[in-house]
Amino acid sequence: MPAYKQLKPTRTGFGEGLVEAGKTQKNLIALGADITGSVSMDGFAKAYPERFFSFGIAEQNIAGVAAGMALSGKLPVFSTYAVFSAMRDLDQIRISICYNNVHVIIGGAHAGISVGPDGATHQALEDIAVMRVLPNMTVLSPCDATQAKLLTQKAMELNSPIYIRFGREAVPDFTDENQAIEIGKAQVLKSGTDIALFATGHMTWEAIRAAGILETEHKIHAEVVNFHSIKPIDKETIIQSAKKCKLVLTAEEHQITGGFGSAVSEVLSQEYPTKMYILGVNDCFGESGQPDELMTKYGLKAENIVENALKLIKA
Amino acid sequence: MDNKSLTNHAYEIRRQVLISLNAAGSGHLGGSLGLADIFTVLFFDFLRHKPDNPTWAERDRLVLSIGHVAPVLYASLAEAGYFPKSELLSLRKLGSRLQGHPATAHHTPGLETSAGSLGQGLSIAVGMALSDKIDKKTRRVVSIHGDGELQEGSIWEAAMSAAHYKLNNLIAIIDRNYLQIDGKTEDVMQLEPLQSKWESFGWNVISCNGNSIPEMQQALKAATESDKPSAIIAKTRMGAGVKAIENNHKWHGKAPSDEELSAFLNALEVD
Repeated sequence: MPAYKQLKPTRTGFGEGLVEAGKTQKNLIALGADITGSVSMDGFAKAYPERFFSFGIAEQNIAGVAAGMALSGKLPVFSTYAVFSAMRDLDQIRISICYNNVHVIIGGAHAGISVGPDGATHQALEDIAVMRVLPNMTVLSPCDATQAKLLTQKAMELNSPIYIRFGREAVPDFTDENQAIEIGKAQVLKSGTDIALFATGHMTWEAIRAAGILETEHKIHAEVVNFHSIKPIDKETIIQSAKKCKLVLTAEEHQITGGFGSAVSEVLSQEYPTKMYILGVNDCFGESGQPDELMTKYGLKAENIVENALKLIKA
Repeated sequence: MDNKSLTNHAYEIRRQVLISLNAAGSGHLGGSLGLADIFTVLFFDFLRHKPDNPTWAERDRLVLSIGHVAPVLYASLAEAGYFPKSELLSLRKLGSRLQGHPATAHHTPGLETSAGSLGQGLSIAVGMALSDKIDKKTRRVVSIHGDGELQEGSIWEAAMSAAHYKLNNLIAIIDRNYLQIDGKTEDVMQLEPLQSKWESFGWNVISCNGNSIPEMQQALKAATESDKPSAIIAKTRMGAGVKAIENNHKWHGKAPSDEELSAFLNALEVD
């Protein structure tokens, strides 16, 4: 198992990023949707009570209010579970936020199947697809808490709508505080020549583990690339890795349809046709269970990456 | 501004609504005419704004939530001098700043927000009004809604939040013409008792005749004197000003032909 600093949820990094950004970003306003603590916005609310406003369980309103605030020069951020923040208010995000092209930061917490026992209603597996199809929207998906914190701070620098996706579970926190990070740029975490593993969010750690297994057990040198930015997507790195490795496997905690793998295939199919495997949830709802049990049942573990990488190589 | 001048502005706004819709060949006539008196009072009496400086930092904000009545907004902006009236002929045409539904992406001077999907404008207005409270600005936010639009649940989410934050710098004007596309609002989906609905949500509610310039002036003045957000239930006649089409919901989403245009212009009432 590769080394990591600690286990920490990505949503915690988001909360820390907001508190940090609030120090200098005086127009940053946080809007609460009743589950402020659960989505890690309580730190901001405590540090800057005069810049935190509670809006209750009303996602449509909160998205519209955020748009109105942005049209008045504020930098509003709201976050709730991704199933709600990306979908309950989708029309408001489309018209009030994206069509106006205003700087609003939308947090999608508890994304993916690893939400666990709450079951399918609370497991966002469609949010990447619906957010990335919107014009003007930037879609970010950090791989660990450190990166979530840095990306949250980076999100302050844009001047357009941003959706940032987080998980619920404590996961390995392995990236460096001083990492080079730029919205729209992928990160090559391990160089390889036999197959490129492109991953986002929690699946990046699984891809790192998979690369380790491929190396030690199968003598296969996999390249591992982390995509914290799904839109804009880093075409250059995608094509470079594809040219070098000839095979690409993408991994995401999301539906196969319309998600991160689709974004990669949109690039490769048009610019450098490459044999691909898209690993994700295959057009079905999740269910209750422990996070690890669900990741296993739905085929989202390092072992599933290994199995499908080997098939791709042998095919 | 004296009432004679306001009446003239209302007449001219209606004239431009008819002409621009005829040129466009499609669009929403009934609501646009019905709102002409309200827009006249807003643009020429109530709102503090500078047509030669549309982004003036102290301006009052006008949020049109019912994007389909864009023609009356555009005619009012042109009448106020934001852009030449001749530009109204580009309504709904390719490359125009005057999109079928208002769009900030197309840089319409004086436009505060895009709109077109019903039920969103009140939330935007709440966001603007709350921002101004945070910044201790004394300017006002006025939003304009249709009565049928109040069937959207998001309106009531926004209404709750405006009262919660005591946004007395917010005035929501409801165009109460009792009509929507499928027919009478009370048949399609009952809205009454409308006044007590808003009151129970914590709003100051004022009812008036939205086709009477003096009544609108009084209602807006009363709205500024409340410690709560205010809803003005402005009773209007869809198509007001052109007797032949008044209160006929078939004219909700229709543009006048050349023949109809000349007949309607001839029949257009000055007052």
